Amino acid sequence: MSEVSSQKPVVNSQTEPVAAAPRPAKWTASDYWRLATDFFRAAGAVVWKDLAAELRSKELLSAMLVFSLLVVLIFNFALELERSRATLATVVSGVLWVTFIFAGTIGLNRSLAMEKDRGSLDGLLLAPVDRSAIYFGKTAGNLLFMALVEVIILPLLSVLFNLSLLHPLLLLVVLLGTLGYAAVGTLLASMAIHSRARDVMLPILLFPVAIPVLVASVKASAAILAAAGWDEIGPWVNLLIGYDVIFVAVAFMVFDYVVEE
Amino acid sequence: MLRFPVERGETALSMTISMIETRSLTKNFGLQRVLRGVDLAVAPGEFVALMGPNGAGKTTLLRILATLARPSLGQARVAGFPLPAGAGEVRRRLGVVSHHPLLYGDLTAEENLLFYARMYGVRQRAQRLNTVLEQVGLAARRRDLVRTFSRGMQQRLAIARAVLHEPEVMLFDEPYTGLDQDACAMLDGVLRDVAARGRTVLMTTHDLARGLALADRMVILSRGVIAYSARRGEIDPATFGQTYASVVN
Repeated sequence: MSEVSSQKPVVNSQTEPVAAAPRPAKWTASDYWRLATDFFRAAGAVVWKDLAAELRSKELLSAMLVFSLLVVLIFNFALELERSRATLATVVSGVLWVTFIFAGTIGLNRSLAMEKDRGSLDGLLLAPVDRSAIYFGKTAGNLLFMALVEVIILPLLSVLFNLSLLHPLLLLVVLLGTLGYAAVGTLLASMAIHSRARDVMLPILLFPVAIPVLVASVKASAAILAAAGWDEIGPWVNLLIGYDVIFVAVAFMVFDYVVEE
Repeated sequence: MLRFPVERGETALSMTISMIETRSLTKNFGLQRVLRGVDLAVAPGEFVALMGPNGAGKTTLLRILATLARPSLGQARVAGFPLPAGAGEVRRRLGVVSHHPLLYGDLTAEENLLFYARMYGVRQRAQRLNTVLEQVGLAARRRDLVRTFSRGMQQRLAIARAVLHEPEVMLFDEPYTGLDQDACAMLDGVLRDVAARGRTVLMTTHDLARGLALADRMVILSRGVIAYSARRGEIDPATFGQTYASVVN
């Protein structure tokens, strides 16, 4: 039934192409520039779509925020702390990151599961863009949602535990830790959504892989809150940076294979 | 993964007069073999209705052609580009409509199309959005949230999404699922319009009468292989139901 013969890809002359032009035969600097702008245009479109949909539904943010508030309140009631600075620094950094990690897991799971349930994941994958742009957009969206929750939780923790958490270096650690968690979490969530038990599958996959980012974030946060020097904080911050670079790079390389059947 | 550019000769491989072509296409899910060597060729501008019982492999075949799944064995080409190597070029030339509208309920019709226009790099977006919304009769509802749309309206918007970038090949996977009589009649008109614009169409359907009314050729997929293929002029509509039953049983 199949007939193979002609020499060129078939182009239907009756339709006028309006999509972006295909790859040129000879690559110049401007072609690489176009490749990069296409990539960021697609990633930006995914972020814009996620933000616009979430601003209307508030489905994801409200769940993450209410969960985070409850966790912080429960810890505040459960832990009768001896109010020495060292104890506070250790405990508060633990509470901080347990709250962020658990709330982040809810967000990561729902973010990808909603795409899958509505069938819109296929719509994303059908677009003629590098699929790592979709990963980049989803990761940036998840990072933004987690950061929004953190912006609300950090001052609340400061008040409840009577300890200032608005230290610039702590904010940097929060950003690096959240980035690493969102990067690896988005990748693993895109694997977990194909499983029937995806709600439990994501934490099972994610928590072991996220142990380095969690340990480094907790240790760095505790050291900053205990007013320790850079020689104690620095190695943990370096570990966070290394983790972020490695997992973002790995995710860029494997995302295409993870999402395809 | 961000791919570095390759020479055109590496992606276009040997070309074909068929807009869609598969040879010995096989797909396994674990130990289960869903496609068992599918040979199919669809000429440019041809409208083919792909029929078959549930589990025959119709959706799997369409998902491979749509670059959403990788074949286990065999070859597939769309618009002359091999899969999966030329998937990016194929996606640029492909429009897909399935029973899922692939739309976001919390965005308006206009926002949905704007998002996909950005993803496809459509130029002159505002003008193109107006055109496709007019084509599917949804211009007046452009600022309404998609979750307030009926199933028929969502399917019309799904078609607008799929033709936004003027694809040369269109794949329809059970597009009539969940539509009432009026919506089906509307979709008939839209599909005729899509075909009249010279696009190559491959549509899966369980509706034999509708397939006969719309398509140039009827193909029956049974147990993972093409078991029947005939042009509309060669088919007696009165006995096609019996033919179909004998092929699939």
